[in-house]
Amino acid sequence: MHPFILERPSDLSAVLALRAQAGRNDAPVEYIAGGTDMVQLLQEYVRRPDRLVSLAGVLDDDIEIGPQGLRLGAAATMAEVAAHQGVVEQFPLISQALLNSASPQVRNQATMGGNLLQRTRCPYFRDVGYEACNKRAPGSGCAAVDGENRWHAVLGTSDDCIAVHPSDLAVALVALDASVELRGTGGDRSVPLSDLHRLPRDTPHLETVLEPCEVITAITVPATTAGLRSHYLKVRDRASFEFAVVSAAVAIETDGARILQARVALGGVGTKPWRLPNVETALAGADLEPAVLRQAAALAAEGTRGRGHNDFKIELMQRAIVRAVEIAGARA
Amino acid sequence: MPGAISPALAQAAGAATAPLDVSLRINGTEHRLSLDPRTTLLDALREHLHLTGSKKGCGLGQCGACTVLMDGMRVKSCLSLAALAQGREIKTIEGLAQGDELHPLQTAFIERDAFQCGYCTSGQIMAGVACINEGHAGSPQEIREWMSGNLCRCGAYDHIVAAIQDAAAVSSSTQGG
Repeated sequence: MHPFILERPSDLSAVLALRAQAGRNDAPVEYIAGGTDMVQLLQEYVRRPDRLVSLAGVLDDDIEIGPQGLRLGAAATMAEVAAHQGVVEQFPLISQALLNSASPQVRNQATMGGNLLQRTRCPYFRDVGYEACNKRAPGSGCAAVDGENRWHAVLGTSDDCIAVHPSDLAVALVALDASVELRGTGGDRSVPLSDLHRLPRDTPHLETVLEPCEVITAITVPATTAGLRSHYLKVRDRASFEFAVVSAAVAIETDGARILQARVALGGVGTKPWRLPNVETALAGADLEPAVLRQAAALAAEGTRGRGHNDFKIELMQRAIVRAVEIAGARA
Repeated sequence: MPGAISPALAQAAGAATAPLDVSLRINGTEHRLSLDPRTTLLDALREHLHLTGSKKGCGLGQCGACTVLMDGMRVKSCLSLAALAQGREIKTIEGLAQGDELHPLQTAFIERDAFQCGYCTSGQIMAGVACINEGHAGSPQEIREWMSGNLCRCGAYDHIVAAIQDAAAVSSSTQGG
């Protein structure tokens, strides 16, 4: 690891003052919460902050369900949220996505805020032995576009970056219209999760709309999405402890065999958690019949661009949507 | 506020390796250490406290050989900075037995021959203890899912699953159910 000063401030205002010096990603001053991603990136010299600011004990880890919906304190761990009875009963999509993520050890350490801000698993980003990575070194090129790109994105890509956003949680949350609460030196604001992550365009090193000094304090999920029939389907290269090749988060409201409303988002295929409004519109009012579902899911292919090794994802993600809707529809 | 810490930042390169005073509570004993801020909990255990039962496999949270319990929950000590583990109750494989009496899962690992080279074993046992305590050892399938954070390159998985089943049965019988 690059040498750093470890700061352990006791309150959030002290945290923000420290970070106010910093830039955006890969800045001289960075935060560490659960550390499960940050320590990997430090060990691999992908991140080299001069100063590391601990968020331990500074952010709350409360999990609350009220009339407004669900609120997850940014410091709540993946394990705590996944096992929370209210989450399991009213927002099972979130619990499922979390239990399909990482390993039990990592879920005991990793936090809600950190999960959303974890960095891509693109091997060219994670290995500083490769010179070309526009995320790590702006302007250096993208080794994945013409490289081993089986794991890479087919939606939201640019010629400068095709890295996938790796979070399962974010896929479930974006399907449920979640927002993140932010606090910065300028005050508090709320941002829809669908707007938190940026498309890579020609600035893939800018990954979120967070201002340099802002910190995620909580995630909120509206009560209107509670109690929907849902399923998180994760297709991966091994049965457990693996990132998604393709994942589908589906939540539906049904009347008998007819879908009244649908929410669909995909993981493993987008440069950010990818919501599919066109598929949702096509599913609304549709019957739970394979041919009908298949037709609606085909709309997910709009705007996709494969790069060779990852072409198979375009078909696979449509099948994942169909399967996830069928499983959600079959739930009691 | 900008500017308030600029002088400190300017000194960062020189100050960064200055050691931190860290107090760690390991297996019920308080240890005072002076550590480079970069020291992981695993390296603090192995290199500074000479508790070498916890193993360093990948150092990146993938293999689970470094698994310890923190406040009763299993974590990967290679992904924890030691200074941030201050104030937590840490249990390693060295603290599992009661004197000469092995933990039931340690006994089960021996009886089931649940290892070959043994490098992953302490991590497997610490994760297995947590798996049982969490109530995730109800079936071989459930054990496999909840032990997926621990790799065994010798491939002793079938015996590891059997050992955890044995110890889970002991645990439930001693708890009267």
